[in-house]
Amino acid sequence: MSEKVESGNTGPVKADQVIDLKGLLCPMPVVKLSIAVKKLPTGAVVEGIATDPGVMADIPAWARTSGNELISIDQQGKEYHFVVRKVK
Amino acid sequence: METDNKLSMVVFSGDMDKVMAAFIIATGAAASGIDVTMFFTFWGLKAIQSGELTGKSLFGRMLGIMNRGGVDAIGPSRLNMGGMGRWMFKKMMKSKNVASLGELRNLAVEMGVKLLPCQMSMDVMEIGTDKLIPAACPPAGVAAFIEEAQHSKTTLFI
Repeated sequence: MSEKVESGNTGPVKADQVIDLKGLLCPMPVVKLSIAVKKLPTGAVVEGIATDPGVMADIPAWARTSGNELISIDQQGKEYHFVVRKVK
Repeated sequence: METDNKLSMVVFSGDMDKVMAAFIIATGAAASGIDVTMFFTFWGLKAIQSGELTGKSLFGRMLGIMNRGGVDAIGPSRLNMGGMGRWMFKKMMKSKNVASLGELRNLAVEMGVKLLPCQMSMDVMEIGTDKLIPAACPPAGVAAFIEEAQHSKTTLFI
């Protein structure tokens, strides 16, 4: 199960901050992500690593609702990795 | 009518499971950049009480004793079984690393969720402002909630 979102960039995007969301369940992954994003400047890139399968639906929804950009989200074994860029 | 990016919620229930849902929705919405107002009325007031004993009259004090303990003392709407259900759910939630009600409430406050207590319920149940958590807003009535709701894209009753 993997979903790649086109960002216009080729190759991996370097994250300004990596957040560890392993072991956390709803609503903590989006809450921690939003707290991290709030502290960063516009354009900053955050990478998150989670173990809750719910993030596959929740992180894209969070990006749409909050107006931020989802660069990629995919499953790697038992982990879910995603990269978002702060738009506003 | 212009609606803003807001969510207004009536928290009527004082059951652990329903209050939990309310705070999960509130924190999730706040995380998505939505302004959230939670209006706590009747049993819902328990979610923002400090846990001290309340009441002045005989009935008020009786209610205060039955209702003591604040957010950590509330049981689930089903299978509470005199507190055993509450204990079991708390244990199961902890083992699965789910945030407790108290933690969720603190998060909501940190994220700017407005906690609005219902003045009329406080009067009826004899709960003073000093028996609410410090993060609670000054008490208000139905008109204050309706004003918030009129400007909200999402309204919920829990």
